[in-house]
Amino acid sequence: MSVKIKDMPDIDYVLPGSAACAGCPSAIALRIVGKALGENAIMVMTPSCAVASIGLLPKSCYSIPVLNICFASAGASGGGLTLALDALYEKGRLQGEKPTVFTWIGDGGTYDIGLQGISAAAERNDDFIHFCYNNEAYSNTGVQRSGATPLHAVTTTTPLGKEVARKNVPLLMLEHRIPYMATASLAYPLDLYRKVEKAKSVKGFKYIEILSPCSPGWKFAASDTVELSKRAVKSGSWLLWEAEYGKLTLNNPTRLLAEGKTQPIPVEEYLKDQGRYARLLKHPQKEEYLAAIEAEIRRELTFMADRAKL
Amino acid sequence: MRDSCVNPLSRPVKGAGGPTGSWRTSRPVLDGRKCNNCLLCWLYCPEGSISKEDRAIDYDFCKGCGVCAAECPQKAISMVKEEV
Ligand SMILES: Cc1ncc(C[n+]2csc(CCOP(=O)(O)OP(=O)(O)O)c2C)c(N)n1
Ligand code: SF4
Ligand code: SF4
Ligand SMILES: [Mg+2]
Repeated sequence: MSVKIKDMPDIDYVLPGSAACAGCPSAIALRIVGKALGENAIMVMTPSCAVASIGLLPKSCYSIPVLNICFASAGASGGGLTLALDALYEKGRLQGEKPTVFTWIGDGGTYDIGLQGISAAAERNDDFIHFCYNNEAYSNTGVQRSGATPLHAVTTTTPLGKEVARKNVPLLMLEHRIPYMATASLAYPLDLYRKVEKAKSVKGFKYIEILSPCSPGWKFAASDTVELSKRAVKSGSWLLWEAEYGKLTLNNPTRLLAEGKTQPIPVEEYLKDQGRYARLLKHPQKEEYLAAIEAEIRRELTFMADRAKL
Repeated sequence: MRDSCVNPLSRPVKGAGGPTGSWRTSRPVLDGRKCNNCLLCWLYCPEGSISKEDRAIDYDFCKGCGVCAAECPQKAISMVKEEV
């Protein structure tokens, strides 16, 4: 049963006039996530654009309680918060439904500096949802490369284009065999909403990663945040899937691509409007590089199609 | 504890990032006759500046990103240059 947009509640985690850039993917994603999680929730954030978006003390753009914690500590803080709530319920100091605890963390805070703590929380099966809004860079501090920045992308610390590929943290989380995890895209909001509802209904550690095209970071027009999200999925550059205790299910349109029932759009369609690839697209070896990227996409699709059979 | 300068606690309020409508270089204008109520603009507006009820746009905070216009399947929203 798929929810319809008109049935989504008029709850807003992000109030109008935040300090986020125009077209910010974190704000779009968080608004959809909020509609699925509802008002009884507590959010934890590490230094990032999502924090800078809050605005200046004593104002906050977020309508629910938010804890700003230090950069490396998403896993420990999410875990500590949820355990503290459990203790208060056990002592009878809190009544009613336990709030959903979730972390809202960038790729820097997830792939790099926060990775060990998130892995530890996953292994302990702490009861919260870790969200990674992955804008593929340290955007808030001026777009430095992160472990999630893809090959060839220009950032302020990879002025000639990144020389190594991104790491695959969703796959790493898959093999933690946590109760529930998913990847999602802004271009498939009903899929995202369903996955968040599902994560909310499951006890233990949940992980949801949302690809978050960032216009200042990736250098494209702010109006194209959702369009680029769509091309990422259609080109096979970003795969949609979910897993329960390591049992993997591919979601459409990724599943059709992996089963060879539809063909990915040329990856150039996805890269061409992103200024961070302008260098690659002017390079004498452009065709060679694009062919290598597409070969890597096919390899990953084959890998995931086979992994889904386990 | 009441002094917000020493108490690091913020409260939710519109315009926490200032009067962000002033960031706009183009404004989204809705042609209600073309709108089929799909509500994609309401869902996608990063500012939450489009009303679910009637798609009225709150120009006080709309940053003019153009996501609503780009995603409207009916092309019911056009971006019009702001006059200074
Ligand atoms: C320990 C520590 N190192 C560095 C910083 C500076 N810093 C603040 S936000 C940020 C980038 C965060 O990147 P990411 O998690 O991807 O979030 P984004 O800004 O992209 O939303 C950095 C490096 C910090 N606050 N704390
Ligand atoms: S830099 Fe990117 S992620 Fe950060 S606030 Fe701006 S649009 Fe959002
Ligand atoms: S232009 Fe952007 S901020 Fe303004 S109403 Fe449309 S989506 Fe919202
Ligand atoms: Mg980031």
